[in-house]
Amino acid sequence: MRAWTASLQARHRLDRSEREGARSLRRPAATAVAALFLLAGAALAEEPKIDPWPGLVADIFHDRAIKTHEGVVTLDAPKRAEDAAIVPMTISLLEPGLRAATLVIDENPMPMAAAFSFGEGAGVQKIETRVRVNSYTNVHVVGETADGALHSVVKFVKASGGCSAPAIKDQDEAAANLGKMKFREFTTANPARREAQIMIRHPNSSGMQMDPITRAYIPAHYVDKIEVRQGDALIFSMEGGISLSEDPSFRFVYAPNGAKTIRVEAHDNRGGVFKGEWPIGGAS
Amino acid sequence: MLQRTIGPLVFALAALFASLAQAFDLTEIAPGVFAHQGQTALMSRDNFGDIANLGAIVGETAIAVIDTGGSRAEGEAFVAALQQRSAKPIRYIVNTHVHPDHIFGNIAFRGTGAVFVGHKNLPRALAVRGPHYLASFRETMGALVDEVVLIPPSLTVESETTLDLGGRKIVLKAWRTAHSDADLTVLDLQSGTLFAGDLLFLRHVPIVDGSLLGFLAVVDELRAIPAVRVVPGHGPAVAPWPQALDAQKAYLDHLTRDLRADIAKGATLAESVKTAGRREEPNWLLFEDYHTRNATAGFAELEWEAP
Repeated sequence: MRAWTASLQARHRLDRSEREGARSLRRPAATAVAALFLLAGAALAEEPKIDPWPGLVADIFHDRAIKTHEGVVTLDAPKRAEDAAIVPMTISLLEPGLRAATLVIDENPMPMAAAFSFGEGAGVQKIETRVRVNSYTNVHVVGETADGALHSVVKFVKASGGCSAPAIKDQDEAAANLGKMKFREFTTANPARREAQIMIRHPNSSGMQMDPITRAYIPAHYVDKIEVRQGDALIFSMEGGISLSEDPSFRFVYAPNGAKTIRVEAHDNRGGVFKGEWPIGGAS
Repeated sequence: MLQRTIGPLVFALAALFASLAQAFDLTEIAPGVFAHQGQTALMSRDNFGDIANLGAIVGETAIAVIDTGGSRAEGEAFVAALQQRSAKPIRYIVNTHVHPDHIFGNIAFRGTGAVFVGHKNLPRALAVRGPHYLASFRETMGALVDEVVLIPPSLTVESETTLDLGGRKIVLKAWRTAHSDADLTVLDLQSGTLFAGDLLFLRHVPIVDGSLLGFLAVVDELRAIPAVRVVPGHGPAVAPWPQALDAQKAYLDHLTRDLRADIAKGATLAESVKTAGRREEPNWLLFEDYHTRNATAGFAELEWEAP
């Protein structure tokens, strides 16, 4: 420890005992000692955490019954959010014919990160996206099977350390490139499946903060809906919010239906509409 | 009994306050140029957020301070140490960017009447990130965060601004997004000392919180600055210029090359960040704390280059 921090540490300890001592002068010494212990205890104890999940089940899933097991959906998440603004989440859909999968970052200000709905026969097996993680949190994925039953899995993700913030990296660039899209394809071992990625340039910003100079609140600006189709057939649609990372990205495995193009339409909360169309079959 | 113990405690306190200024190390690295070396560590209660290098430049009539430390306590120790070195008024507080280890001490300087100076993007960065920093640093800094008040700059730098400290001019330059989106450097023309902020890391692994490609480009542009020595944001308080840039440049190059190769192969972000740039590990401290984060942000950025 440095000399100056050592002396400050000592000062803080002395401050505390002096304050405590002064307050306890008119009380018996035993009370003072007890108070000292209480004070130390209070400083150490964490505030009791309230689990937001039951409330989220009510808000997002209207209190429907949710079974907890790994048989229908699984979630791959890092143990720690290394960059708070870009945390990869991979959802695997184990049961064919799944209708929907919803990704929830329990402790975020807007926990519902992405609600995916899958097209009939689209054969989506995997979907990877990136989210913001504000603090230590559970991340839930809830899959809805064809019979309407809900099945969930949960992973705990530690908050990122240091100066990492769930904020946009380069606001000016984000604004300049707003709505630009990119499509990538990847080779797959299974000829009955294709793997592709859709990326959209968008700040996906939460707003809410006040600009200290103008005193105006920065308005939220985020992608709230995306539809991805092969030809006219829906592969998946997504409804999302500010828990998705900036420049939202979706990498997914699906069953090709012979269509020649992938078509994407995205909307944001300010009425922005972004469209893209690409030929299928660039890769492999 | 308690009364009897309080007397000596007060004496001890007074002695501690008096010794505080001496204990806060502030080295005169060139005539009238001072630097404080932060610890190569994460901010914590134990180190009072003292992890970044800080500095001051003393002119004939005024002092400019460069960054204020990671807590009010550190900022106060810095003020006390500075006042022992010079009786001149502190006129400018320059913040090199938005990160807490460089700005949480601002509040300790408010009473000096100095003008706070930053990159044109700093007010916005403070607005967007400030509330998160105050909340998230409670985990490691505890009650020290309660004493922090975020102070935005009232003088902002669009591209370049020269400040006069009385017979001594310093040049403030605002950079494009690199380490962060509000990076500012300070060059003291008289001594040829460059305060690089976090555009330069030594020993402490570099942190990319803006743009990997921007950082690489800015490293090359920095090289052209006619300085003789540099105070990096982290690492030793002073280093020779421009050789001090080499290790960081190699790190950013390696990471970029590995990420590009992974992206070309079709690797996912989660796969790539496990290996990209790993061979740089022996060269840096705090590698585990920041490297995967750099790789993550870099992957998401470079992915847009892929065909």
